[in-house]
Amino acid sequence: MLFAMQLLNGLLDGVYYLLIALGLSLIFSLGGIINLAHGAFYAIGAYLTLTIAPYVGFGGALVISPAAVALLGITVERLLFTRFYRIDPLYSLLLTFGLAMVAEQGLRMIYGAAPLSFSIPDYLRGQVFLGDFIYSRYRVFLIAVATLCVAGLWFLLERTSFGRVVRAGVQDPDMVGALGISLRPYMAAVAGIGIGLAGLAGVLLAPIYTIHPAMGAEILTPAFVVVVIGGLGSFWGVVLAALLVGMVKGAMVGLGFSAFSTAAIYFMMLVILLLRPRGLFGERITRFE
Amino acid sequence: MAAYRPISRRRLLQSGAGAAALTLASPAILRAQSDKIRFGHLTPRTGFLGPLGEYAAMASRLAVDEINAAGGVMGREIELLQEDSVNPQTASTKAERMIERDGVACIVGEISSSSGLTIGQVAQRTGTLFVNTGCNSDALRGSDCKKFMFHIEAQNSMYVKSIGQFYTREGLVEGKRWFSMTADYAFGHDLLKVAKRFMTANGGTFAGDELVPTDATDFSAYMLQIRAAEPDLVILNLAGQQTTNFFKQYAEFGLDYPLGGFGFDMALAWAAGKGNFVGSWPSVWHHRVETDGSRAFVKAFTDAYGKPPENQAWGDYNAVKIIAQSMEELGTTDSAAIVEHFESEASFDVLKTREGYFRKRDHQFMNEMYGITALPPDQIENQWDIFTSSDPVPGTGESLELIAATEEENTCTFPS
Repeated sequence: MLFAMQLLNGLLDGVYYLLIALGLSLIFSLGGIINLAHGAFYAIGAYLTLTIAPYVGFGGALVISPAAVALLGITVERLLFTRFYRIDPLYSLLLTFGLAMVAEQGLRMIYGAAPLSFSIPDYLRGQVFLGDFIYSRYRVFLIAVATLCVAGLWFLLERTSFGRVVRAGVQDPDMVGALGISLRPYMAAVAGIGIGLAGLAGVLLAPIYTIHPAMGAEILTPAFVVVVIGGLGSFWGVVLAALLVGMVKGAMVGLGFSAFSTAAIYFMMLVILLLRPRGLFGERITRFE
Repeated sequence: MAAYRPISRRRLLQSGAGAAALTLASPAILRAQSDKIRFGHLTPRTGFLGPLGEYAAMASRLAVDEINAAGGVMGREIELLQEDSVNPQTASTKAERMIERDGVACIVGEISSSSGLTIGQVAQRTGTLFVNTGCNSDALRGSDCKKFMFHIEAQNSMYVKSIGQFYTREGLVEGKRWFSMTADYAFGHDLLKVAKRFMTANGGTFAGDELVPTDATDFSAYMLQIRAAEPDLVILNLAGQQTTNFFKQYAEFGLDYPLGGFGFDMALAWAAGKGNFVGSWPSVWHHRVETDGSRAFVKAFTDAYGKPPENQAWGDYNAVKIIAQSMEELGTTDSAAIVEHFESEASFDVLKTREGYFRKRDHQFMNEMYGITALPPDQIENQWDIFTSSDPVPGTGESLELIAATEEENTCTFPS
């Protein structure tokens, strides 16, 4: 019974990774940029929330912070990413690594190295019970928001003309260009959405995780694991991988192997890389092969 | 033997003029360098211990500023060199560079026990005093002890035994079931060993005993485990920010089993905040200690940095003060002389009701500790004063050795 609860809890856990991993996957698929600064945008989202929540409330921060982070993302894309689309990915790796360090140190200089406190707003405190299963009311809210965003993103990518251009751009940017469509605004929009989602994750996780300058690096690694397992360019692959990673972690704790709960997801990544290097649902992207 | 070559008159004049020009250009710098006593401060400034390292850096800076403002040591100014120790390898390289290139008189600092060990090795090899201000591992005072390494930070045993007395008094030990969560690395394992010894000696049992990966951030899975185990006490021996995450999520899931642990830093409680921080914890010092010395330190620190000092700040502040005071009294900066002075168990004021001393046998600083308990949210007035403190442990009249590891528990034989 406890084990079943752990699986359910793990499944829900996976949703948190999703917000970070989806953006990471999206930006890589379209521009070929491995955004090591993705975690930094998550941290910025959390710090922004902490700063503006006293004035606009948590609800206000939930809207303003991701929007501000998205704008920041678009700026970074226009000024920096855009110069790195067509050259060796190693350079963009260095660029985003540097960006992540600048952001982390910037937060340390502005807010200090000591972790800062931020709590769940009173109206979202409390627990819900499903029979014997206990869950926090705040997490129910968190999952609802995350699910809405993921559904919205799916709709945008799969059901709109915007999404069709993006998907075409992932497969063959030159052909899209030849058809007279400039990918530039799409690239900016995708970076804005992806990075905005990271900012949103920052807001949503600020009340339950510690807010400190290196919090971005903390979340980036599991998000990468999710992207690698799910497969680049695959929306559902990333969704499935996120849930799978959460469940495997939960199962390890449930089985009494808590010490190996993190190791297990790396092992899972290793096995998948060996057996199916493209990831579970990874599409064949011609220009990356 | 190299042939003797007389220097030409012209060459002699040239170099003489050059040297004179240099002396004229920078007389202040040259004189200052020969006059100053250099203190090396090494502690993690980045990574998961970085937040604590920041307090250490601020406190050592404050101590040096105060000493210099009061006329320095033996009339000489102290110059503080601060560096990020990063990891054990870097810590050792930087310690070497500070000693061999910069000529520091001593090294103060560190929080990570693994880095503390490598700095201790360098200190021992070069015969330079190292005062550890933040590493808790008993092994550093036992199997890894060094003649030139002293510990103002309390050891794990002191943390366990001081708060252990409190748990025993509250009836949370004998015949009770503990759910313990331990960070899966050296510090955690060392602490778990000492905690287990205490628990079994006092008649407690484990309702659960989980090792937690150091990069775990989400504890919802453990909340389910704890709830199912229905323990009498939840014991946390987690790493850095993990403790804060746990506080926040424990409140989130509405669990109310008594909470405690054997390693604690106030910064983590402040980060969890009002309503999330709960339980009873051991502390080597806190900003509400009611002595004149502590009040003055808290005021000076708050004036300088805009927030009260954390327990880590206490260690670095006092280590610098103790070394400076010893140099002044001995009239020398020689490490061997200071080691001998410390080993004579000379006592030092460390802002508490009783003075403390370095125990000769293992170089552990013997002094009072405190048990602190989180205040309920409706009694909290500001974001810093979120707890109440017990009286000092050991109590008045009791030996300071009462809470430290005995010789049998932790044996140190200094390598000669």
